[in-house]
Amino acid sequence: MMDYVMTADSTDTNDNIIRQTQDSLESEASASRTDIKMTAESVSVFYGAEQALDDINIDIHSKQITALIGPSGCGKSTFLRCLNRMNDVIDGCRVSGRITLDGEDIYAPSVDVVSLRSHIGMVFQKPNPFPKSIFENVAYGPRIHGLAQTQDEIEEIAIRSLKKAGLFEEVKDRLHAPATGLSGGQQQRLCIARAISINPGVLLMDEPCSALDPIATARIEDLMWELKESITIIIVTHSMQQASRVSQQTGFFHMGVMAEVGTTEQIFQNPVDPRTRDYITGRFG
Amino acid sequence: MLIVALGWLLVESWVIRPAVIQTLATGGVQPTANVAFQYLEIRNIAAGVLPDTHASEAVLIAVERYKSLTSTASKLFAALFLVVGVSGFVYSYRRISAQFPAREQVEKFVRFFLLASSTVAILTTLSIVMALVVEALLFFKHVPLLDFLFGIKWSPQVAIRADQVGSSGAFGAIPLFAGTLLIALIAMLVAVPIGLFSAIYLSEYARPSVRHIAKPMLEILAGIPTVVYGFFAALTVAPMVVKASAAIGLSASSESALAAGLVMGVMIIPFISSLSDDVISAIPTSLRLGSLAMGATRSETIRKVILPAALPGIMGAILLAVSRAIGETMIVVMAAGLAANLTANPLESVTTVTAQIVTILVGDQEFDSPKTLAAFALGLTLFCVTLVLNFIALKIVRTYEERYD
Amino acid sequence: MLTTDKKRLQKRHRAETRFRAYGVLSLMAAAGILFTLIYSIVSSGYTAFYRTTLLLDIELNAERIDVTPPYSRNALMQGRYSSLVKSALYAQFPEVTDRRARRELSSLLSPGAELAVRDYLIDHPDSLGTTIALEVPMSSDFDQLYKEHLPRSGENIRFSGQQLQWFDRLLEEGRIAYRFNTQFLFGGDSRYPELAGIAGAVAGSFFALLVCFLLSFPLGIAAATYLEEFAPKTRLTRIIEANINNLAAVPSVIFGLLGLAIFLNVFGLPRSTPLVGGIVLSLMTLPTIIIATRASIRSVSPGIRQAGLAMGASPVQVVFHHVLPVAMPGTLTGTIIGLAQALGETAPLLMIGMVAFIANVPTTPMDPSAALPVQIFLWAESAERGFVEKTSAAIMVIMMFLIMMNLLAVIIRTRTQGKSKVE
Repeated sequence: MMDYVMTADSTDTNDNIIRQTQDSLESEASASRTDIKMTAESVSVFYGAEQALDDINIDIHSKQITALIGPSGCGKSTFLRCLNRMNDVIDGCRVSGRITLDGEDIYAPSVDVVSLRSHIGMVFQKPNPFPKSIFENVAYGPRIHGLAQTQDEIEEIAIRSLKKAGLFEEVKDRLHAPATGLSGGQQQRLCIARAISINPGVLLMDEPCSALDPIATARIEDLMWELKESITIIIVTHSMQQASRVSQQTGFFHMGVMAEVGTTEQIFQNPVDPRTRDYITGRFG
Repeated sequence: MLIVALGWLLVESWVIRPAVIQTLATGGVQPTANVAFQYLEIRNIAAGVLPDTHASEAVLIAVERYKSLTSTASKLFAALFLVVGVSGFVYSYRRISAQFPAREQVEKFVRFFLLASSTVAILTTLSIVMALVVEALLFFKHVPLLDFLFGIKWSPQVAIRADQVGSSGAFGAIPLFAGTLLIALIAMLVAVPIGLFSAIYLSEYARPSVRHIAKPMLEILAGIPTVVYGFFAALTVAPMVVKASAAIGLSASSESALAAGLVMGVMIIPFISSLSDDVISAIPTSLRLGSLAMGATRSETIRKVILPAALPGIMGAILLAVSRAIGETMIVVMAAGLAANLTANPLESVTTVTAQIVTILVGDQEFDSPKTLAAFALGLTLFCVTLVLNFIALKIVRTYEERYD
Repeated sequence: MLTTDKKRLQKRHRAETRFRAYGVLSLMAAAGILFTLIYSIVSSGYTAFYRTTLLLDIELNAERIDVTPPYSRNALMQGRYSSLVKSALYAQFPEVTDRRARRELSSLLSPGAELAVRDYLIDHPDSLGTTIALEVPMSSDFDQLYKEHLPRSGENIRFSGQQLQWFDRLLEEGRIAYRFNTQFLFGGDSRYPELAGIAGAVAGSFFALLVCFLLSFPLGIAAATYLEEFAPKTRLTRIIEANINNLAAVPSVIFGLLGLAIFLNVFGLPRSTPLVGGIVLSLMTLPTIIIATRASIRSVSPGIRQAGLAMGASPVQVVFHHVLPVAMPGTLTGTIIGLAQALGETAPLLMIGMVAFIANVPTTPMDPSAALPVQIFLWAESAERGFVEKTSAAIMVIMMFLIMMNLLAVIIRTRTQGKSKVE
């Protein structure tokens, strides 16, 4: 956002001055709210010869929840995986374009993927806790990244993460029980705790609630609302209601292209693109 | 037809045996508590396995009786077999092309036949157990069980006559157990690292083109007969061991446990590799993705997430491999020799349970009963141990499979 | 970018590289060992397919052979050819007159030399009374000398200086030839390495596998069919299944003991025959076939069964007319693999006696014979140098059979994998 310099020019009218003042006030307010955490510029993705995404452009604002919506199979999850380079794991997947995190290109040759992923966490559609104890699940990240030196420190981090994920109270008596014994919703919150245990700046969530019941879903949405104070969240969801509930910014994917992106309010109340309008009003999807 | 076969067994025990023993009795030899042994002797003489030069007149007559009875019986049974077989065939053939009610009968017959076929497996196991136990028990009449299990001298140089009481040989099996374990241990030390890492590399790192070559290669290793491995061990590996140990100042036997163990290890590599590959591939990909997404390297993911989850399966595979190593015969016979040496030094020559079984029953040694029976006692031990190992392996895999899925 | 702890990262990446390297090294080790083994065997074995022969001019004197007309085949078989051959050899070295020296000279010849003459005469009875030029086999030591398996100099050489001279002279004169050794492929075993062949063992193995197949194939399919299609979930069924899995893991020696104790002793079947060998092998192959057939039956899509039942076929008919044919490729694959394993089994056959020294080739499964893997074992254990190449060559033969069988199984599997997708 450009800084406005207030100049009183003899040729300016009063109106201009007022408008400029209003503009600058607005932009200042939004500048404090919206650093750009990640950007995507002209991103295209190919699986072998098939193209999955075409020319995606979006700015992800810091400490906000950005929702990516669209009908199934339109590439939302593929795009999400680009953001933490999980597409590298897939054979034959090619990504072109530029994706930045804090201003730096994450696909630059000098970037260490292992390090990158410690700054971006991911939660998957189906909860995938490791077949270890609850404690070990959350301690996994801090251990491998060397975030703690002693067992006490690890415990501290683990408990903190569990608390942040809103799970601690429910499991504090059975931290060393197998994680697979938890309910679906608890497992997903465990996965969130595990993801945030290494203090990522960004959290990617790929349809995190699609396998959960409404109550568990609501709990996770509340959790997201809390987490966004400290973490930038990008969520892929097929539920428009969820998107409109939790996100501040929304991007609408349609058949591998970004049909429209804007504030959630604008997308849901004043969609510009006809495809967006059709989707919102339920004509397809 | 199976009934006919069973009938044969029964006739043997109920008709022939009493008749022959009766003949013995009329000839003046009282059936003693050791009647089974006497009967065995008669059978052995009849089969030409035991020389009849020491036998008494009565025994010889009994032998003749046995021979004539069995020959009549076998002819009878052969005929019966044929008759039953042919008639059964004709019967079912007629019925198959018949109408509806007959079809049900055929159905029943067919089902019965299928069921009977399945019971062959049980029959086989029972026969194995029976054969082993019966002969082993006979053996333990001569050599006490504890002496066998815990004795440390093994030299079955026995020349025993039916009327001799004690034996001058030693049947302590500890050197055999020790040799078996030593070689199996060396084999596992070779096979587990190579097999496991091969499996890990193939399932986690390798490109499809590499897998295309590596998997068949491992299958070839698995398909090589053990006698070939044994020859390879004796021809190439044992001399290498001798040379290598000479180079570092140690002296190795030309039939070292090390040579046999190394080659046995090679034989087991594909076993561990393919079982572990199956286990590792069965771990859901979502776990891998979860770990990678957290910024773990591939090896960290494998070491800290995949392997712990696959551990029960891998342990099971290792136990099965140990069972295989213990039961292996030809490599040991050809490469490790027959010296019942109680040692932990892999450069020395040792022998194993299996090698002794084969040697006792095949070699130029006389077919003296206690020695032959010793082989069965060893066989029984081997059977029990492998049974237990397999059972434990299965149990480990089952228990943990539920816990972690 | 965001590098948290660079040193730690580097350590982790190094660990990653090391870990990956272990994997590659393991595979390379396995490959290396395999190639060493193959090289070992082939390099020591290919010479067995050839043997050295000596060209001699042999006078087929009826008197010396000690036969009278009519020269029937039987009579010729009984003739004496030893001195004939020896004099032909002595004729090459007229300067050798000393008896001891002559004995050394005649050790150049194989005992098969006289048999070669006899066989020639039987095939060409008209040549009686003439002098023929015939290539006769040389003894194993010299055969090995030619092939450079035995040293000419150094400690423990088996040749005297004289013998080496004679040998070299014959070489110069071009009387020593290196011929393809058909006797190895088509002849029976022999005490003399240069005359030993694998035909007997191959036939023995063939018959044993035949018996094995005839027993285990139908029984195996029947049992698998029962377990998959008809068996109720009773205790008996579970016991049967447990037994099958158990048998698959029992060491082969135990089966040998079983064969010895029950088939030879109780049933009194003839020892050393492929019949008994085949029975024992079939017990070992049975679990393999059952397991493979079960898997194959399980993979048949239920649609086929339902279609059959819907057409009014009885359950038995459905199985035999519809399910089994579709399951057959998988069954065949499993059977072939099981038979291949059985071909390589040595210990049980050793123990039931397929080990006696048999010079003739068996013609029925009831003839005593050796089996190929047992033959390999016996030759391997033999002390003579000449048997080393024979062992390796026999291994090459058995490996060839195994490769063919496995290829067949793979072909069946890949060929039918596309077709069997009947939904």
